[in-house]
Amino acid sequence: MAWTWFHRLASPPHVYALATRLTPWFAWPAAALILAGLYGGLVLAPADYQQGDGFRIIYVHAPSAWMSLMVYVTMAVSAAVGLIWRMKIAHAVAASCAPIGASFTVAALVTGSLWGRPMWGTYWEWDPRLTSELILLFLYLGYMALRSAIDDVQRADRASALLAVVGVVNVPIIHYSVLWWNSLHQAPSVMKLAKPEMPTAMLLPLLLMLAGFTLFFAAVLLVRLRGEILRRERTASWLREALAA
Amino acid sequence: MNEFIHMGGYARFVWPSYALTFTIVILNIVWARRSLWRARADARRRLSMRSADP
Repeated sequence: MAWTWFHRLASPPHVYALATRLTPWFAWPAAALILAGLYGGLVLAPADYQQGDGFRIIYVHAPSAWMSLMVYVTMAVSAAVGLIWRMKIAHAVAASCAPIGASFTVAALVTGSLWGRPMWGTYWEWDPRLTSELILLFLYLGYMALRSAIDDVQRADRASALLAVVGVVNVPIIHYSVLWWNSLHQAPSVMKLAKPEMPTAMLLPLLLMLAGFTLFFAAVLLVRLRGEILRRERTASWLREALAA
Repeated sequence: MNEFIHMGGYARFVWPSYALTFTIVILNIVWARRSLWRARADARRRLSMRSADP
Protein backbone atom coordinates (compact mmCIF):
# COMPACT_ATOMS: atom_id res chain seq x y z
CA MET A 1 0.00 0.00 0.00
CA ALA A 2 1.10 3.54 -0.70
CA TRP A 3 0.81 4.58 2.92
CA THR A 4 2.86 1.83 4.50
CA TRP A 5 6.10 3.84 4.19
CA PHE A 6 4.47 6.66 6.14
CA HIS A 7 3.39 4.33 8.94
CA ARG A 8 6.80 2.73 9.04
CA LEU A 9 8.32 6.19 9.43
CA ALA A 10 6.21 6.59 12.55
CA SER A 11 7.48 3.33 14.06
CA PRO A 12 10.41 3.92 16.42
CA PRO A 13 12.08 0.50 16.01
CA HIS A 14 11.97 0.81 12.24
CA VAL A 15 13.40 4.34 12.22
CA TYR A 16 16.07 3.40 14.78
CA ALA A 17 17.28 0.53 12.62
CA LEU A 18 17.09 2.63 9.47
CA ALA A 19 19.07 5.47 11.08
CA THR A 20 21.79 3.04 12.16
CA ARG A 21 22.07 1.63 8.66
CA LEU A 22 21.96 4.96 6.81
CA THR A 23 24.48 6.96 8.88
CA PRO A 24 27.67 5.79 7.08
CA TRP A 25 26.03 6.40 3.69
CA PHE A 26 25.81 10.07 4.57
CA ALA A 27 28.97 10.41 6.66
CA TRP A 28 31.55 9.12 4.16
CA PRO A 29 30.30 11.03 1.10
CA ALA A 30 30.14 14.12 3.35
CA ALA A 31 33.80 13.68 4.30
CA ALA A 32 34.81 13.19 0.65
CA LEU A 33 32.87 16.24 -0.57
CA ILE A 34 34.19 18.48 2.20
CA LEU A 35 37.81 17.43 1.58
CA ALA A 36 37.41 18.02 -2.17
CA GLY A 37 35.75 21.38 -1.49
CA LEU A 38 38.57 22.38 0.87
CA TYR A 39 41.23 21.58 -1.70
CA GLY A 40 39.31 23.39 -4.42
CA GLY A 41 38.59 26.41 -2.25
CA LEU A 42 41.99 26.85 -0.65
CA VAL A 43 44.26 25.73 -3.49
CA LEU A 44 42.58 25.62 -6.90
CA ALA A 45 40.25 28.63 -6.80
CA PRO A 46 41.87 31.87 -8.01
CA ALA A 47 42.11 34.85 -5.65
CA ASP A 48 39.25 37.34 -5.94
CA TYR A 49 40.06 40.47 -7.94
CA GLN A 50 38.76 42.73 -5.16
CA GLN A 51 39.10 40.71 -1.96
CA GLY A 52 42.27 38.76 -2.78
CA ASP A 53 42.64 35.58 -0.73
CA GLY A 54 40.33 36.99 1.95
CA PHE A 55 37.32 35.83 -0.07
CA ARG A 56 38.27 32.20 0.73
CA ILE A 57 36.39 32.60 4.01
CA ILE A 58 33.30 32.08 1.84
CA TYR A 59 34.02 28.31 1.73
CA VAL A 60 33.36 27.98 5.45
CA HIS A 61 31.08 30.98 5.98
CA ALA A 62 28.44 30.24 3.34
CA PRO A 63 28.08 26.52 4.26
CA SER A 64 27.76 27.46 7.96
CA ALA A 65 25.13 30.08 7.17
CA TRP A 66 23.31 27.61 4.90
CA MET A 67 23.33 25.05 7.73
CA SER A 68 21.97 27.59 10.23
CA LEU A 69 18.92 28.19 8.00
CA MET A 70 18.40 24.72 6.52
CA VAL A 71 18.61 23.05 9.94
CA TYR A 72 16.12 25.56 11.35
CA VAL A 73 13.63 24.87 8.56
CA THR A 74 14.05 21.11 9.09
CA MET A 75 13.47 21.63 12.81
CA ALA A 76 10.37 23.80 12.31
CA VAL A 77 8.81 21.48 9.72
CA SER A 78 9.37 18.40 11.93
CA ALA A 79 8.02 20.29 14.92
CA ALA A 80 4.89 21.21 12.93
CA VAL A 81 4.43 17.60 11.78
CA GLY A 82 4.84 16.51 15.41
CA LEU A 83 2.22 18.99 16.58
CA ILE A 84 -0.31 18.26 13.84
CA TRP A 85 -0.06 14.45 13.64
CA ARG A 86 1.19 13.89 17.19
CA MET A 87 4.11 11.96 15.78
CA LYS A 88 6.80 11.16 18.34
CA ILE A 89 9.46 10.60 15.69
CA ALA A 90 8.89 14.07 14.23
CA HIS A 91 9.43 15.65 17.66
CA ALA A 92 12.56 13.53 18.07
CA VAL A 93 13.89 14.89 14.74
CA ALA A 94 13.16 18.48 15.81
CA ALA A 95 14.92 18.02 19.15
CA SER A 96 17.95 16.52 17.39
CA CYS A 97 18.25 19.50 15.04
CA ALA A 98 18.61 22.28 17.61
CA PRO A 99 22.19 21.79 18.90
CA ILE A 100 23.49 21.19 15.37
CA GLY A 101 21.83 24.34 14.06
CA ALA A 102 22.92 26.44 17.01
CA SER A 103 26.56 25.43 16.62
CA PHE A 104 26.64 26.29 12.91
CA THR A 105 24.89 29.60 13.57
CA VAL A 106 27.82 30.45 15.86
CA ALA A 107 30.20 29.43 13.05
CA ALA A 108 28.31 31.62 10.55
CA LEU A 109 28.37 34.63 12.90
CA VAL A 110 32.05 34.35 13.86
CA THR A 111 33.37 33.59 10.36
CA GLY A 112 31.21 36.43 9.04
CA SER A 113 32.70 38.72 11.64
CA LEU A 114 36.23 37.63 10.66
CA TRP A 115 35.37 38.34 7.05
CA GLY A 116 33.77 41.68 7.88
CA ARG A 117 36.83 43.08 9.65
CA PRO A 118 39.12 43.31 6.58
CA MET A 119 36.33 43.97 4.04
CA TRP A 120 33.98 46.34 5.89
CA GLY A 121 36.43 47.57 8.52
CA THR A 122 34.39 46.24 11.43
CA TYR A 123 33.82 42.94 13.24
CA TRP A 124 30.21 43.76 13.97
CA GLU A 125 27.54 46.13 12.80
CA TRP A 126 23.84 46.15 13.77
CA ASP A 127 23.01 45.44 10.20
CA PRO A 128 19.73 43.67 9.20
CA ARG A 129 21.47 40.48 8.02
CA LEU A 130 23.77 40.24 11.04
CA THR A 131 21.06 41.11 13.54
CA SER A 132 18.53 38.64 12.12
CA GLU A 133 21.17 35.89 12.15
CA LEU A 134 21.92 36.68 15.79
CA ILE A 135 18.18 36.39 16.53
CA LEU A 136 18.32 32.95 14.90
CA LEU A 137 20.98 31.93 17.41
CA PHE A 138 18.75 33.15 20.27
CA LEU A 139 15.84 31.13 18.82
CA TYR A 140 17.95 27.97 18.87
CA LEU A 141 19.20 28.69 22.38
CA GLY A 142 15.67 29.51 23.58
CA TYR A 143 14.40 26.27 22.05
CA MET A 144 17.07 24.24 23.86
CA ALA A 145 16.60 26.11 27.15
CA LEU A 146 12.84 25.53 26.99
CA ARG A 147 13.34 21.80 26.36
CA SER A 148 15.76 21.39 29.22
CA ALA A 149 13.47 23.34 31.57
CA ILE A 150 10.62 20.82 31.15
CA ASP A 151 11.22 17.36 32.57
CA ASP A 152 8.34 15.58 30.85
CA VAL A 153 9.49 14.77 27.29
CA GLN A 154 6.02 15.02 25.73
CA ARG A 155 5.32 18.42 27.24
CA ALA A 156 8.79 19.60 26.28
CA ASP A 157 8.13 18.39 22.72
CA ARG A 158 4.92 20.36 22.41
CA ALA A 159 6.05 23.59 24.03
CA SER A 160 9.34 23.72 22.13
CA ALA A 161 7.59 22.82 18.86
CA LEU A 162 5.41 25.91 19.17
CA LEU A 163 8.49 28.08 19.63
CA ALA A 164 10.20 26.46 16.62
CA VAL A 165 7.16 26.99 14.39
CA VAL A 166 6.64 30.63 15.42
CA GLY A 167 10.36 31.37 15.01
CA VAL A 168 10.37 30.24 11.38
CA VAL A 169 9.20 33.75 10.34
CA ASN A 170 12.79 34.82 10.96
CA VAL A 171 14.10 32.59 8.14
CA PRO A 172 12.78 34.59 5.15
CA ILE A 173 13.74 37.78 7.01
CA ILE A 174 17.37 36.59 7.16
CA HIS A 175 17.37 35.44 3.55
CA TYR A 176 15.83 38.58 2.06
CA SER A 177 17.36 41.08 4.51
CA VAL A 178 20.14 41.96 2.08
CA LEU A 179 17.58 42.78 -0.61
CA TRP A 180 14.89 44.47 1.52
CA TRP A 181 17.18 46.77 3.46
CA ASN A 182 20.31 48.65 2.69
CA SER A 183 22.76 46.12 4.13
CA LEU A 184 26.52 45.98 4.37
CA HIS A 185 26.29 42.30 3.50
CA GLN A 186 26.68 41.41 -0.14
CA ALA A 187 23.67 40.11 -2.06
CA PRO A 188 23.48 36.37 -2.71
CA SER A 189 25.78 35.22 -5.49
CA VAL A 190 24.86 31.52 -5.57
CA MET A 191 21.27 31.11 -4.39
CA LYS A 192 19.58 32.93 -7.19
CA LEU A 193 17.74 31.80 -10.23
CA ALA A 194 19.75 33.82 -12.70
CA LYS A 195 23.27 32.82 -13.63
CA PRO A 196 25.58 32.82 -10.57
CA GLU A 197 28.10 35.63 -10.59
CA MET A 198 31.19 33.51 -10.01
CA PRO A 199 33.63 31.71 -12.26
CA THR A 200 33.38 27.91 -12.14
CA ALA A 201 36.74 27.45 -10.35
CA MET A 202 35.35 29.53 -7.46
CA LEU A 203 31.78 28.24 -7.57
CA LEU A 204 32.44 24.51 -7.78
CA PRO A 205 34.31 24.19 -4.45
CA LEU A 206 31.51 26.17 -2.81
CA LEU A 207 28.88 23.80 -4.18
CA LEU A 208 30.96 20.82 -2.97
CA MET A 209 31.15 22.34 0.51
CA LEU A 210 27.41 23.08 0.59
CA ALA A 211 26.60 19.50 -0.46
CA GLY A 212 29.16 18.07 1.97
CA PHE A 213 27.83 20.06 4.94
CA THR A 214 24.26 19.05 4.07
CA LEU A 215 25.18 15.34 4.09
CA PHE A 216 27.15 15.90 7.29
CA PHE A 217 23.99 17.33 8.86
CA ALA A 218 22.05 14.23 7.81
CA ALA A 219 24.67 11.92 9.37
CA VAL A 220 24.86 13.80 12.68
CA LEU A 221 21.07 14.12 12.78
CA LEU A 222 20.65 10.34 12.41
CA VAL A 223 23.05 9.65 15.29
CA ARG A 224 21.25 12.14 17.54
CA LEU A 225 17.85 10.86 16.41
CA ARG A 226 18.68 7.38 17.70
CA GLY A 227 19.38 8.84 21.13
CA GLU A 228 16.14 10.83 21.06
CA ILE A 229 14.15 7.71 20.09
CA LEU A 230 15.66 5.76 23.01
CA ARG A 231 14.77 8.61 25.37
CA ARG A 232 11.12 8.53 24.29
CA GLU A 233 10.68 4.77 24.23
CA ARG A 234 9.01 3.13 27.20
CA THR A 235 8.22 -0.34 25.84
CA ALA A 236 10.89 -2.71 26.94
CA SER A 237 10.89 -5.44 24.34
CA TRP A 238 12.45 -3.68 21.36
CA LEU A 239 14.52 -1.41 23.61
CA ARG A 240 16.28 -4.55 24.80
CA GLU A 241 16.84 -5.57 21.18
CA ALA A 242 18.10 -2.14 20.17
CA LEU A 243 20.58 -2.05 23.05
CA ALA A 244 21.79 -5.56 22.34
CA ALA A 245 22.58 -4.70 18.72
CA MET B 1 54.07 27.07 0.76
CA ASN B 2 54.82 30.23 2.72
CA GLU B 3 52.68 32.16 0.30
CA PHE B 4 49.82 29.74 0.90
CA ILE B 5 50.02 30.21 4.67
CA HIS B 6 50.27 33.98 4.21
CA MET B 7 46.94 34.08 2.28
CA GLY B 8 47.82 37.36 0.60
CA GLY B 9 47.90 39.15 3.97
CA TYR B 10 44.54 37.77 5.10
CA ALA B 11 45.98 34.85 7.09
CA ARG B 12 44.77 36.16 10.45
CA PHE B 13 41.19 36.20 9.19
CA VAL B 14 41.15 33.15 6.90
CA TRP B 15 42.79 30.55 9.15
CA PRO B 16 40.81 31.28 12.33
CA SER B 17 37.62 31.01 10.23
CA TYR B 18 38.60 27.56 8.97
CA ALA B 19 39.83 26.47 12.41
CA LEU B 20 36.60 27.51 14.11
CA THR B 21 34.34 25.92 11.49
CA PHE B 22 36.16 22.59 11.60
CA THR B 23 36.29 22.62 15.38
CA ILE B 24 32.51 22.93 15.27
CA VAL B 25 32.28 20.10 12.72
CA ILE B 26 34.36 17.81 14.99
CA LEU B 27 32.45 18.89 18.11
CA ASN B 28 29.17 17.98 16.38
CA ILE B 29 30.47 14.44 15.86
CA VAL B 30 31.65 14.19 19.48
CA TRP B 31 28.45 15.68 20.93
CA ALA B 32 26.14 13.51 18.80
CA ARG B 33 27.99 10.34 19.81
CA ARG B 34 27.98 11.33 23.44
CA SER B 35 24.26 12.09 23.33
CA LEU B 36 23.52 8.64 21.84
CA TRP B 37 25.83 6.96 24.33
CA ARG B 38 24.07 8.70 27.24
CA ALA B 39 20.63 7.75 25.92
CA ARG B 40 21.76 4.13 25.68
CA ALA B 41 23.15 4.13 29.21
CA ASP B 42 19.94 5.71 30.47
CA ALA B 43 17.76 3.19 28.64
CA ARG B 44 19.83 0.36 30.08
CA ARG B 45 19.28 1.76 33.57
CA ARG B 46 15.51 1.96 32.99
CA LEU B 47 15.44 -1.64 31.76
CA SER B 48 17.39 -3.00 34.70
CA MET B 49 15.18 -1.10 37.14
CA ARG B 50 12.11 -2.62 35.54
CA SER B 51 13.49 -6.16 35.57
CA ALA B 52 14.36 -5.71 39.25
CA ASP B 53 10.64 -5.23 39.98
CA PRO B 54 8.91 -8.38 41.29
